Amino acid sequence: MLSQNGIPTAEDLQQVMPSEERLNKGPVAIAECFQCIPCNPCSTACPVHAITVQPDINQTPVIDWDRCIGCRQCVAACPGLAIFVVDMAYRPDMATVTIPFEFLPVPEKGMKAQGLSRAGAPLGWFEVVEARQARGNNLTWLVTLAVPKDLAMEVRNIKAGGYRNE
Amino acid sequence: MIRDIDLMIVGGGPAGLMAALAAAEAAPEGAKILLCERDEALGGQLVKQTHKFFGSEKQHAGERGIFIGRGLSDAVHAEAKIEVMTDATVLGLYEDGIVTVLNDDKHLKFRPRKLIVATGASEKFLAFPGNDLPGIYGAGAVQTLMNVSGVKPAERVVMVGAGNIGLIVSYQLLQAGVDVACVVEAAPKIGGYLVHASKLARSGVPIRTGWTVKEAFGDQELEGVVLIRLDENFQPIEGTEETVYCDTLCLAVGLSPLAELLYQADCAMTYVRELSGAVPVVDEDLMTSVSGIYVCGDVSGIEEASSAMVEGRLAGFAAAKALGWNADLAQAEIEKAREELNELRSGPTGARIRAGIAKVQERREGSC
Repeated sequence: MLSQNGIPTAEDLQQVMPSEERLNKGPVAIAECFQCIPCNPCSTACPVHAITVQPDINQTPVIDWDRCIGCRQCVAACPGLAIFVVDMAYRPDMATVTIPFEFLPVPEKGMKAQGLSRAGAPLGWFEVVEARQARGNNLTWLVTLAVPKDLAMEVRNIKAGGYRNE
Repeated sequence: MIRDIDLMIVGGGPAGLMAALAAAEAAPEGAKILLCERDEALGGQLVKQTHKFFGSEKQHAGERGIFIGRGLSDAVHAEAKIEVMTDATVLGLYEDGIVTVLNDDKHLKFRPRKLIVATGASEKFLAFPGNDLPGIYGAGAVQTLMNVSGVKPAERVVMVGAGNIGLIVSYQLLQAGVDVACVVEAAPKIGGYLVHASKLARSGVPIRTGWTVKEAFGDQELEGVVLIRLDENFQPIEGTEETVYCDTLCLAVGLSPLAELLYQADCAMTYVRELSGAVPVVDEDLMTSVSGIYVCGDVSGIEEASSAMVEGRLAGFAAAKALGWNADLAQAEIEKAREELNELRSGPTGARIRAGIAKVQERREGSC
């Protein structure tokens, strides 16, 4: 249970997932943010005003998935590293997952990194399709992995170091 | 020689820095504001907060603590009305209003018209057999070693406490390449923000709620700890002991307000569990029972740094108002700060703080 071990349950996740129809249209942000804490940088970072934290900053974010363009500004902005962007339209059989990452070394594009679940369990080796650092003093890296579609809602971290050049 | 000044601020952490900047904003040319910091540089705990802050833009949310600290320190140094004295330990507050300071091996005396105490907090410790072994630290010390001194403090750590400090320092240990064996938390639930807990979970660090340290062992230094499960009344359950080998144990079991100066000044103090210790009885302007002495930040009750910064602004403008500096601006800013604090504290994670502040208010009204 989330409040005991930090791992969100399927029920928790269900509340924050876009519809399958929306997921299939292309990149979209998913805020795995389940606790009312005073925080709202995701909403101020969103260039298309798709994220609201209302009526006060203690609410969890609500994403308007019809507006969201999957730009990943919120992924970089979230202080809790709790927002991910998933693109189910990447390839017929493959999706991408963008993960906020704050460890060294950072993998380079084209390398393979070991993907980890929300519980830190290894899920396989996946190609890094992009790795870039957020602007300014933010310093968080955005690492995008290509993963099989059935793992797009499972892979939420990569193991730092030990990347493969393939 | 006694130097007369308008305002002295004790402590150059997030609360003290904001208090100094706020007071300076309202102060006329020629005002004498002195900020004393016992460390060699300003910033307080911000100098090691490498994570991004929560809150809203008004409290620098999304920025990393180290950069917030740098920005505030630079602004304070650039402000002509503020004199900064580092390596300056405030030793005593006397009945006649004299404040003594140890700086550069000299014993200095000041007579400030108003005083803001922003001394922060110290870490609590935990009693168990073997807790004096080398290798057992407060989490704050380990964070300083890593993030300020650039020293890898351990190979394998057990963290005690799943509040925000325990969770954040565990994550920063991982970033420094240290193995975190587990986070142990006596309470049945994680006390810190769950997003911090999730970051650890997806890095493979188990968070074990309902567990505590029974004892630590080692020949010359720490070699491991024995953990034990607790029942719902926080009593250890015999037979559930488990040994975890580690070279370092970090304690992140809470903070206590650093209020010695307030006791010296004979400020009315009251023990409030929700605020993590004995805190000064304050009014809505954060003034203590001693006229002219204000407080802000953790010394008035343990809370987040974002609230400490807003409290600093409130205390700074309140002292300015009392000094007769730009009263209209000061009053408007005091009200803004109060609103911001209400917003930060209005959610479920602020419930404990709200309850604590209500108790302080009750005790103030009771004493009138």
